[in-house]
Amino acid sequence: MELTVWTYEGPPQIGAMRIATAMRGVHYVVHAPQGDTYADLLFTMIERRDHRPAVTYSTFMATDLGGDTATLFQTTARAAVERFRPQALLVGSSCTGELIQDDPGGLAKALNLPIPVIPLDLPSYQRKENWGAAETFYRLVRGLAGPTAPPPGTPRREMPTDRRPRCNLLGPTALGFRHRDDLRAVTLLLQRLGVDVHVVAPLGAAPSDLARLGEADFNVVLYPEVAGTAASWLERTFKQPTVRTVPIGVGATREFVAEVADLVGADPAPVLDDETLRLPWYSRSVDSTYLTGKRVFVFGDATHAVAAARVATDEFGFTVVGLGTYSREFGREVRAAAERHGLEALITDDYLDVETAIAAAHPDLVLGTQMERHISKRLGIPCAVISAPVHVQDFPARTAPQMGIEGANVLFDTWVHPLMMGLEEHLLMMFRDDFEFHAEAAPSHLAGTHRAAPEPAGADAPAAAATRDEGAAVAPAWDADAEKELRKIPFFVRGKARRNTERFAAERGLSNITVETLYDAKAHFGR
Amino acid sequence: MTTPGAASESAADFGCREAPVLRERGQHEVFCGLTGIIWLHRKIQDAFFLIVGSRTCAHLMQSAAGVMIFAEPRFATAILQEQDLAGLADANDELDRVVGRLLDRRPDIKLLFLVGSCPSEVIKIDLSRAAKRLSDRHAPGTRVLSYSGSGLETSFTQGEDACLAALVPEMPAAPANAERELLVVGSLPDVVEDQFGRLFAALGIGGARFFPARRAGDLPAVGRNTSYLLAQPFLGETARLLDERGATRLAAPFPFGAEGTTLWLRAAADAWGVDDEAFREAIAAPRERARKALERHREALAGRSIFFFPDSQLEVPLARFLARELDMRPVEVGTPWLHRRHLAEELDLLPAGTVLSEGQDVDRQLDRCRDARPDLTVCGLGLANPLEAEGLATKWAIELVFSPIHGYEQAGELAELFARPLIRHGLLKV
Repeated sequence: MELTVWTYEGPPQIGAMRIATAMRGVHYVVHAPQGDTYADLLFTMIERRDHRPAVTYSTFMATDLGGDTATLFQTTARAAVERFRPQALLVGSSCTGELIQDDPGGLAKALNLPIPVIPLDLPSYQRKENWGAAETFYRLVRGLAGPTAPPPGTPRREMPTDRRPRCNLLGPTALGFRHRDDLRAVTLLLQRLGVDVHVVAPLGAAPSDLARLGEADFNVVLYPEVAGTAASWLERTFKQPTVRTVPIGVGATREFVAEVADLVGADPAPVLDDETLRLPWYSRSVDSTYLTGKRVFVFGDATHAVAAARVATDEFGFTVVGLGTYSREFGREVRAAAERHGLEALITDDYLDVETAIAAAHPDLVLGTQMERHISKRLGIPCAVISAPVHVQDFPARTAPQMGIEGANVLFDTWVHPLMMGLEEHLLMMFRDDFEFHAEAAPSHLAGTHRAAPEPAGADAPAAAATRDEGAAVAPAWDADAEKELRKIPFFVRGKARRNTERFAAERGLSNITVETLYDAKAHFGR
Repeated sequence: MTTPGAASESAADFGCREAPVLRERGQHEVFCGLTGIIWLHRKIQDAFFLIVGSRTCAHLMQSAAGVMIFAEPRFATAILQEQDLAGLADANDELDRVVGRLLDRRPDIKLLFLVGSCPSEVIKIDLSRAAKRLSDRHAPGTRVLSYSGSGLETSFTQGEDACLAALVPEMPAAPANAERELLVVGSLPDVVEDQFGRLFAALGIGGARFFPARRAGDLPAVGRNTSYLLAQPFLGETARLLDERGATRLAAPFPFGAEGTTLWLRAAADAWGVDDEAFREAIAAPRERARKALERHREALAGRSIFFFPDSQLEVPLARFLARELDMRPVEVGTPWLHRRHLAEELDLLPAGTVLSEGQDVDRQLDRCRDARPDLTVCGLGLANPLEAEGLATKWAIELVFSPIHGYEQAGELAELFARPLIRHGLLKV
């Protein structure tokens, strides 16, 4: 048993729902009790979908358990096919359905439906949402494109000479973090390289589109967490090359363009010289000097976390002080990336571990998920969201990709926004005793909302705080003068100054902190 | 149709006690009983709810709670893993370990509920035995109880029924010669409790108690001298157990709107022998405030048709309130479970000819809803946006469970919850 409150990923059937709902003409029948329908609201509320997700639940009850739940599943599946008339049917179990061992795949096959039936085996007690999405997409691709596979031993595809090259874009799903907008941004890059997009899947694809996947000259994997397995199978089966560079940030976008250009024999230069790419100049502009060396903590799914760490260092001049992921399946990739930053990767799906790591790292900025946004709010650290799990805020009305040229621009804006602006930081230092620029003032553009206010004192807070502080040594006491001096330091570094000074004093066994100690500590930590 | 106010109605216009009920079986677009924890853990302030379930349960709690309130909430999930199912780990040992860890971390927990889920029911983990064992181990600091919030047996608000039913045996016995005492059963927001407390005091009904209490250790006593009013319509099992302990239910409609609240208070006043004049005097001011507050929303609501999808079992009382006090026209009133005895007084007041449905086949009910084209549809979050996209105005049912809506002072807000979507539809020009 694993004790948890919040989870980064749902169970694997949520992943299957994300695939089924993204597609057209696919329906998913889940053997599940009442209550599992909660998942519908993820799509209708978080993503604001105007249709119900393409899922039907068999809804067995306690009274059915001794009886015939298998027939109930068959009745449900038959009725769903009659009502929704899908071109392909996914069948599977939720966590409870798995326990009653009715074999939805076999039961659905026995119905002799006039459409392809793809059984899903998603072990709910071992796997999670992204794995479920990847497995479902792979099963669909294999089931629907499989019949058109060339005989084994067919050589690797050559690029065509009589028509424009074409590729499949694989990975975008329902409820994906900025998938809708990434798709647009990447399609734009490909168009300008003279490449046609053959099939986008799963988002917007019909089963008949999956059957055409083999016709493309190569595949582009946008989200390895979802499409990695299917792309590997396509590569093996259809001998299609796979572009796995994920174009998040300027460097990765350039590499992506170069890789595709090389593959299809196009000239990458015009795409790389895009005048709408503003991040490089904005980052070089002197007002961005203050970004230098800002300490960032990065956590998210593997793809976004690794990409963000690279962008943070190479394109913002930040220092990455923590890098981690909840995607255990991609632990190796994230460990390797962390090593490049001289760090040890944090691979965990326990948000309390992440909170502890963030608190210990004292970052100036957190790049994380909605979980880290909450953690940062508690710790009073600015935060920008870079990855799923998603929130209704992650579906903005405007186009806000993470990938491609516009994606890089979006990264610049969204990561800089939570920070104190450069000039403001200097002014605050200069006028720190001014009544308007006083040390409690929040960044003017944030209207005081992200100020490090302690969490409203719920009944939970004291207990949580008590347990959290356990083991911490008794903190040295601050002299009144030192406390006063500390208050002259702008608030956004004051927390760190306080902690560093206390650590400095504790390490030297000082019981009192004087003004001298404060400046000794400042010199010691040398910032 | 119905006429404003109750004065000119004829008996033939109202009454659904004997009406047939459309019973349906199929996909239920309703939460399971675990979701009750979302308000129960705020209500009982030193209790903790530990779900023994799957990742789905944890994900449900996270998604249904809407916002994640990040100062560690007083609920959590012990997620079953492959080794728990394969018998590689003894489920009881694992549970003891998890509870030990939890109580080390949260020594402030006085009452711990082990909450059963679909998976724990199917693999037959005996949580009541586990609760006894853990209660012994962690006595006297922490009491451990259990109930099931599994979707196999409970829907949404039935989780509260199961939780309160688990508390009834813990209530101390009132001595045989105890003074007659009024007990209000069903969790209410604190502010509403306080309002009702003042009204009972004004009626001369002293010392009314509320169940559940805000602190786990404050359980009211129960016995032959206990008379109780149900504040919520979904407490069938809790009521049965209170009856077994000798308590008497005061039958009444539920305290929604001015009329419902008056009749509900009246039931207690009658039992305590409060005379008419004293009763009228005690309720005059708040009833008048409620009447005025309702008047403001009549224009938006009167004559409009309303369709209820099943959600919280509040549907029948709310339809009655909207029909009688705001002249809405209930087309279909769906409820996950229709407790005929507890709703008898409500059904008497529901407009005759209202379609009552129990259980759900969501696709067929959507067909009926589309045919009826109601002015307002009350439904869960999974259905609201899809119906809005079809041009139907909707009201999220869940807000009715999470907002203070009982009593005179909340009557206006309750009406406003229904009026707002209609007003918004009128406002938007896009």
